[in-house]
Amino acid sequence: MLLIPCPWCGLRPEIEFSYGGEANIARPADPAALTDEEWGAFLYLRTNPKGRHAERWRHANGCGRFFNAVRDTVSDFFETTTKPGELPPSGGKS
Amino acid sequence: MQRFSALSLFRQGLSGHRGWRAQWRSPEPKAAYDALIIGAGGHGLGTAYYLAREHGMRNIAVLDRGWLGGGNTGRNTTIIRSNYLFDESAALYDHAVKLWEGLSQTLNYNVMFSPRGVLMLAHTVHDVQVFQRHIHANRLNGVDNEWLSAEEAKAYCPPIEIGRHLRYPVIGAALQRRGGTARHDAVAWGFARAADAMGVDIIENCAVTAIHRDAAGAVTGVETTRGTIRAPKVGVVAAGHTSVVMAMAGLRMPLESYPLQALVSEPVKPVFPCVVMSNTIHAYISQSDKGELVIGAGTDAYTSYSQRGGLHISSHTLEAICELFPMFRRMRMLRNWGGIVDVTPDRSPIIAKTSVPGLYVNSGWGTGGFKATPGSAHVFAWTMAKDEPHRINAPFTIERFRDGLLIDEAAAAAVAH
Ligand SMILES: Cc1cc2nc3c(=O)[nH]c(=O)nc-3n(C[C@H](O)[C@H](O)[C@H](O)COP(=O)(O)OP(=O)(O)OC[C@H]3O[C@@H](n4cnc5c(N)ncnc54)[C@H](O)[C@@H]3O)c2cc1C
Ligand SMILES: [Zn+2]
Repeated sequence: MLLIPCPWCGLRPEIEFSYGGEANIARPADPAALTDEEWGAFLYLRTNPKGRHAERWRHANGCGRFFNAVRDTVSDFFETTTKPGELPPSGGKS
Repeated sequence: MQRFSALSLFRQGLSGHRGWRAQWRSPEPKAAYDALIIGAGGHGLGTAYYLAREHGMRNIAVLDRGWLGGGNTGRNTTIIRSNYLFDESAALYDHAVKLWEGLSQTLNYNVMFSPRGVLMLAHTVHDVQVFQRHIHANRLNGVDNEWLSAEEAKAYCPPIEIGRHLRYPVIGAALQRRGGTARHDAVAWGFARAADAMGVDIIENCAVTAIHRDAAGAVTGVETTRGTIRAPKVGVVAAGHTSVVMAMAGLRMPLESYPLQALVSEPVKPVFPCVVMSNTIHAYISQSDKGELVIGAGTDAYTSYSQRGGLHISSHTLEAICELFPMFRRMRMLRNWGGIVDVTPDRSPIIAKTSVPGLYVNSGWGTGGFKATPGSAHVFAWTMAKDEPHRINAPFTIERFRDGLLIDEAAAAAVAH
């Protein structure tokens, strides 16, 4: 079981969290303006990288808050976790 | 190819079994082929076999970054069934079951297909309704599936505890008698041996690192750890690594990769006659011919390529197994491992052409593609050879996610394996 650093509560066991999938996929401001191609891509296409992954988690059975994380999908090591709106310390997009 | 028969076994016995030869070659990659398959799992090797046998394409190669059959093919719990809800799925999976029925004879290799019956337990009123719906839908599609009461389920599989005191009591079950298991490794080995005999090169320890394309965007070959290999057609059959390989051609896929784990117990005498699945409490169990209980657990909650799952996931499954089968409470587990499964949003596979000319993909089998191995390989070979889908895989496109034409087995809750 992973130990996940919630930016508010610190290290907590994985079963307290729910996974929110890839981060930085903004909901289009005007969905009706999108082509089917773009809407399908927004809904379903994912990077699914082997390596660094920017993703969302929710401390569902703790403080209840969403946060962002950068995790290595080979080692499952958490590089950083950040509050919504904050940039990871390494800066930029992961 | 040395054919296997009772007579050849007897002859070899006389000479102390010293006359058996290697079952396939280990060739150096050639500079160019008519087609390449990336991934020497059951689906990839099967695709090569059907390309050679049914479409006369023999100047082809299967490339794998590891050893053949070392991916999910060699890691799965081998449940075979075709009782899926939707017409498209029933056609695809039942096509596979029909091929399984004759596969050992076709390949002259014993894949140990054992239609011992797959029993899916219902624990809630919702389960009962969903299974009844599946049974009716299956029968309309000519797929066998029948309803058993709890007592009938126990008669079919005596180890099941059906007492009302259970947290999730068994209130009935759906039984597909034509379902069962097969020997996972033998499927890879049987296809490899038969494909090799027709001239297919199987190249192990050869990871694909790039996909080459010409000015018009069409595939021209691949870069590998063993050099450049040219080919006008490339089929990606890389299971959990599909997103990684497709990214080499600049394509994003509707896929996420998760660890899925399984475990086996110490071997015991035959005690368990069929396959039992419980979606609600997430446990799958059968007994191998070696005597081990083969138990499948769930996926981890997060995407990963770590190839091992969380211990809490397998303990959850073992708790369910102990509750349903109290006689197994003192069994010891011998081994546990993980595989990386590629999951689509609707839990149905993608067997299709792509937007890149010459690039084909067979993926998204997630937690349940072993059962489909021969059927998937058969229709994918057709798709690659003719550059158009077979009737059976025509609905399983990538574009279904653009067009909203999902084949939503996820929502139909047949789930997994
Ligand atoms: C624990 C577990 C239990 C399961 N239980 C069941 C079950 O009971 N019933 C069922 O129907 N299904 C089950 N499945 C799913 C099933 O195993 C898979 O859907 C199926 O085996 C996939 O076969 P494949 O040939 O597509 O993939 P694989 O056998 O995984 O083959 C893919 C190959 O691609 C190779 N590869 C990847 N990247 C590259 C690259 N860059 N270059 C070259 N080669 C590459 C890999 O090395 C691998 O050998 C289970 C899976 C797991 C992990
Ligand atoms: Zn918290």
